[in-house]
Amino acid sequence: MTCMNNNCNSSCKGPDFSELAPILEKYRKVPGSLITILQRTQEIYGYLTMDAIHYLSEQTGIKPAKIYGVATFYTQFRLAPIGKYLIMLCKGTACHVNGADMIEEAIYEELAIHNGETTEDGLFTLNNMACLGCCSLAPVMMIKSAESDETYGNLTKDLAKKVLLEIKSREQEVN
Amino acid sequence: MKVLVGQGSCGIATGAGKTANEFEKQVKNMGLKNVTIDKTGCIGSCFLEPIVDIYDDEGKLEVRYVKVQPEKVADIVNKHLVGGNPVWEYSIPSMDQDFLSRQKKIVLRNCGIINPERIEEYIATGGYEATKKALTTMTPEEVIEEIKISGLRGRGGAGFPTWFKWNAARLNKAENKYMCCNADEGDPGAFMDRSVLEGDPHSMIEGMIIGGYAMGATEGVIYVRAEYPLAIARLEKAMQQARQKGFLGENIMSSGYSFDIRIKAGAGAFVCGEETALIASLEGERGMPRLKPPFPAQKGFWQQPTNINNVETFANVPWIIVNGGVAFGAMGTEKSKGTKVFALAGKIKKGGLVEVPMGLPLKEVIFGIGGGIKNDKAFKAVQMGGPSGGCIPAELADTPVDYESITKTGAIVGSGGMIVMDETTCMVDMARYFLDFTRKESCGKCNYCRIGTKRMLEILERITKGEGKDGDIELLEELALKIKEGSMCGLGQTAPNPVLTTIRYFRNEYEDHIYKKKCTAKSCKALLTFTITDACKGCTLCARKCPVEAITGKVKEKHLIDQDKCIKCGKCEEVCKFDAITRD
Repeated sequence: MTCMNNNCNSSCKGPDFSELAPILEKYRKVPGSLITILQRTQEIYGYLTMDAIHYLSEQTGIKPAKIYGVATFYTQFRLAPIGKYLIMLCKGTACHVNGADMIEEAIYEELAIHNGETTEDGLFTLNNMACLGCCSLAPVMMIKSAESDETYGNLTKDLAKKVLLEIKSREQEVN
Repeated sequence: MKVLVGQGSCGIATGAGKTANEFEKQVKNMGLKNVTIDKTGCIGSCFLEPIVDIYDDEGKLEVRYVKVQPEKVADIVNKHLVGGNPVWEYSIPSMDQDFLSRQKKIVLRNCGIINPERIEEYIATGGYEATKKALTTMTPEEVIEEIKISGLRGRGGAGFPTWFKWNAARLNKAENKYMCCNADEGDPGAFMDRSVLEGDPHSMIEGMIIGGYAMGATEGVIYVRAEYPLAIARLEKAMQQARQKGFLGENIMSSGYSFDIRIKAGAGAFVCGEETALIASLEGERGMPRLKPPFPAQKGFWQQPTNINNVETFANVPWIIVNGGVAFGAMGTEKSKGTKVFALAGKIKKGGLVEVPMGLPLKEVIFGIGGGIKNDKAFKAVQMGGPSGGCIPAELADTPVDYESITKTGAIVGSGGMIVMDETTCMVDMARYFLDFTRKESCGKCNYCRIGTKRMLEILERITKGEGKDGDIELLEELALKIKEGSMCGLGQTAPNPVLTTIRYFRNEYEDHIYKKKCTAKSCKALLTFTITDACKGCTLCARKCPVEAITGKVKEKHLIDQDKCIKCGKCEEVCKFDAITRD
């Protein structure tokens, strides 16, 4: 396909969305599947690009504005890339009462990112979550990567920093 | 012998997976042939995780070990599994037994006992007997009558009689009808649905089949949070096994009734707890509520009659069918029957899931079961019903937990979140926290909800920053009333509740913030004054860590904070090793 981005030079070659074929095959004809299609798309690419939204529109016949509307309505969808590790910091009531703000501070002190931001090296993204449902272990954060989902409970500032440092040094060893 | 390792999300977060692997390894190394290692869901005592139960060959519970970190495994394997002598120092302390013995488990009857990934274990506890009884010996009307006798009310928040909804959906004739399960547990601070889905998915599925039969549904849909990956995985496995056994699919148990269920993963929106918003989301749209009527029982999913119940409601159904509505109705109070699961969290000693008969006094739940307040601080309030609920003060701790009594306090039973707060929790900040949540989650359809919550949040933010003005409390009350009246759905209608209840019971805290510029709970940093006491040893650490160089002093001499420079970040208090910084 050609690039659908209006601000883009039309001679450029658009991205390849062949990986979406099996998903579209399965859901294109099933009414009400837009959210499922977007979830699968995000699983593959990590986030929803405007190109992907235009491509899905072309393939499903759903207007891009509507897809964009759905994508921005739900907290699960992202329109920007995320780091290798996604820090999901729980901001549920139990975590709030037990000091989730302090953990957010610790993350900022260690990585210099606020909610929604990604570190310059592309390693970490911080996303505050409404609730992870591990309330009796508050405060809690979950760190998601391609390899694993690890949940850390009963956090303190020091503990949170230690977890982040360990991941950092592990990454440095690999490189 | 069987080693049962609790592996709900809480257990896994405390390392239960590693504990289970360690058991596998050690048992294999020792060459123990007669020991099986299995997993189960959450038993509710989250504060004791990881929990490991050892069953003897007759299936009797021998010992319950708690806080079993991997390093304790070798001891248990060597002394208990090989030597036959339980390691009593790792077993559950007798005082923590109370946490379980004071409860009455119906919804959580199998959680933490059976392996949720094996349907045979569910069947062995009498599972799918209810489905058999309902589908082969009862008419749909009889099923509805039994639920009516039981007095079961919706456990998702509103407390609407379940039989009434089923009957309304039954009376509407249509080609397709849908039975939906709302497993989109969006209330921050509630995790009872997650535990049922992870620990006993079949009881919920069975409830859906029976309800589907009663209303005449052709298909079932489970709307579950994408944030609960383990729950989704276990549900999928459970449904597949139920299909193989013939409990789902064509002509279930030769009853002539056909019914199957599929899963839809929600994408994260609190407003989708509202029925019509949930239906919009199921249809792939933005989850925005619409006006009722028509009610979902008339026109719901794809414009067909639809019934939506919560996970906990469904999990009650098989028990009612097997034991009878009268037995269920014998528990609880006159208008609130049966039991209710609460997620006990916050400043509580023993947090976790508790299931108690309706009508038990709040203090019995918090002190009798939950063991009281963490670090023995003073109990201040308990927040019930999440962002739609309210704060119940310590003076009302005798209030029985049932729908009517809790509603009278200004809070709601809601889905069952129970967040305990102590003297260090600022009630104005709590109100701000919830408003921040509802402001973000408002779908934007109604002006009062969209803009009103934002304005209320701005006022609350000002107050917690020490910029509160005379008249703010009255303005908050006025806005609250307008938002309640001017919003179409439950989200907006209840969003001001946390503010209204905190003003009602803790008006003095609001006044302290506004007029005295003091935070009663010493929690709002902008209103604090940090000072250094005589305990200071002059180690210079705070002076070095202060980001604005507001602390001065010589080595080994008491330091001083320049209050004009201080930005009240609390860094000095955090780093001080001698507890020499006080906040006031």
